[in-house]
Amino acid sequence: MSVHVTAEVLMTKRIGAHQHLTLVAPGVGELVRPGSFLAASIGRPGEATAHLARRPLWIHKVQPMAGYGATVQVVVEPVGPGTRWLAGLAVGDRLDVTGPLGRPFALPREPVATLLVGEAHGVAALQLLAERLHERGCPVSLLLGAPDEARLLPDLELRRTARSVVVVTADGSVGQRGDVADLVGETLRRSEAQVVYAAAGLPALHAVARAAEEHGAWSQTAVAMPLPCATGLCQGCPLPVVAEDGVQRTVRGCVEGPVVRGDRVRWDDLRAQAAAVPGPVGSAGRAGTRP
Amino acid sequence: MSAVRVSGLSLRSPVLVAAGCGGRELHAWSPLDALGAVVTRTVTLDARPGARWPRVVESPAGLLHATGRPNPGLEGFLAGELPELVRLGARVVVSVAGVAALPGQSDGLVPLARRLGALPGVAALELDLATPEAAHQGLLSAEEPHAVALAVGAVVRELPPGVPLWAKLPGRPGVVAAARAAAEAGAGAVVVGGAVPAALPDGRPCGLSGPAIGGVTRRWVREVCDALPALDVVASGGVAGVDDVRALRALGAVAVQVGSVALHDPAAPGRIAAELAVRPSPSPDSRGGAA
Ligand SMILES: Cc1cc2nc3c(=O)[nH]c(=O)nc-3n(C[C@H](O)[C@H](O)[C@H](O)COP(=O)(O)O)c2cc1C
Ligand code: FES
Repeated sequence: MSVHVTAEVLMTKRIGAHQHLTLVAPGVGELVRPGSFLAASIGRPGEATAHLARRPLWIHKVQPMAGYGATVQVVVEPVGPGTRWLAGLAVGDRLDVTGPLGRPFALPREPVATLLVGEAHGVAALQLLAERLHERGCPVSLLLGAPDEARLLPDLELRRTARSVVVVTADGSVGQRGDVADLVGETLRRSEAQVVYAAAGLPALHAVARAAEEHGAWSQTAVAMPLPCATGLCQGCPLPVVAEDGVQRTVRGCVEGPVVRGDRVRWDDLRAQAAAVPGPVGSAGRAGTRP
Repeated sequence: MSAVRVSGLSLRSPVLVAAGCGGRELHAWSPLDALGAVVTRTVTLDARPGARWPRVVESPAGLLHATGRPNPGLEGFLAGELPELVRLGARVVVSVAGVAALPGQSDGLVPLARRLGALPGVAALELDLATPEAAHQGLLSAEEPHAVALAVGAVVRELPPGVPLWAKLPGRPGVVAAARAAAEAGAGAVVVGGAVPAALPDGRPCGLSGPAIGGVTRRWVREVCDALPALDVVASGGVAGVDDVRALRALGAVAVQVGSVALHDPAAPGRIAAELAVRPSPSPDSRGGAA
């Protein structure tokens, strides 16, 4: 279930490289599940826009607020015309959104140990998941990465649910120097997790899927790719997988994804197709289309 | 009420969803049973995996697209998409295309028409002759009037009475002759417009759709309607809102397809149909319309 509504900006706040927006989007918050995203339309509701593609954004938090119902928070890294427009919205501004969308993270039935891997604003996709796992008695370990401190999401709330936290930045400005992909194997071994959840760039997701396979764990990977419509209509989001019957298929990243079992994705094919697209798609944890 | 007759079919509304821009997912935001018809994505006899990434790219007020017509083939379509659309109450027009074939080989259109024409859930067929990247994608393209007549005639011969064929013809110089040839070969209506030939950023042939091409569609719809007043003309290309629909109808189109805008705003087709039902003709201040 998902709705298409005109949302209103209730709060907007710059934290590091990201703009954190709190939206009153009637009907969206109530339906959110961990790993859901929403699709924003760029441009004022009801007016012609030059930007037709949707901008998918992970739903970071859902918070009931007196008089507004369940508000939703999203994280925007302003890197292109669409994300700059979103980041520039002021309190009271309106925008059209569709959500929640996508196949969410599958939660374990048993209280098994879990590892959550997030990179850059992909970390936003993990907040609700961590809370849900914590409620179910699943021990949560975290591996969080970003290019630098400014692009590392604040993780205080996440840490509250976690047994252990490893932070890594490419420039070493916080935590260890390096990147998520290099540390996944070792972190997984130490955490003894039976399920790894990840929202990150493709190299890191690929590393997660591989490490899970080696350690006999399950992996649930949230694949960030451009989603021109985000609603399953345009076939613009091909995700190469091996289906349950063993046959190679191409499914839609927005509907059959964004969360897929790591052992089902044809990572080499996915990375090869992403490499053909200029821009940050293949590298950052963006659920975005042309940013 | 805003019901219209197109090629002898009575449709609930003159607002249809264009091929490749709507499917069962759309029903959540634009109830399919309130639209004139849903034109399916283009189906070929055999399944097609579709083109490589990127397939759909934003362009000012438009979308560049070269999907490669991914589809599950006739059998997959009959097993999955068609029954779903029928169940949701959609009037279904099945878009079909032939594949480029050597002399003596089959382009697949005859078996497609035979099977589809016999099914009660199929209201009409739309023969796609307007794909700008057809040759590049190995699809049958027909530009000259006699080639159009051949392709149309081959399909019409296989359809039972009461199941009309619509010929989708590219808006370009020569469209009037192509439309006349299609009508003489038995097409019940022509769909005029479609995407404008363009290229993706990497140079691959593609189509340009969306509000950017609205003026192009108006031009060719007007020429065909003026030259062939007895022929039912369906317009496709650049519709952004209800004023565009009114303007195209004022030029003589009996029905109008909404494509890209459904990808940007999945509630748009339903909203446009509802607004049109309330006030079908252009208001004096929007004449010449589609501003
Ligand atoms: C993503 C996408 C996929 C499309 N797929 C098809 C298709 O399968 N068959 C077809 O005949 N036209 C297809 N079209 C063309 C549309 O049906 C329509 O004619 C064209 O986009 C112009 O209308 P618009 O400006 O309202 O989008 C596609 C267009 C888009 C944007
Ligand atoms: S983004 Fe359009 S189908 Fe997935």
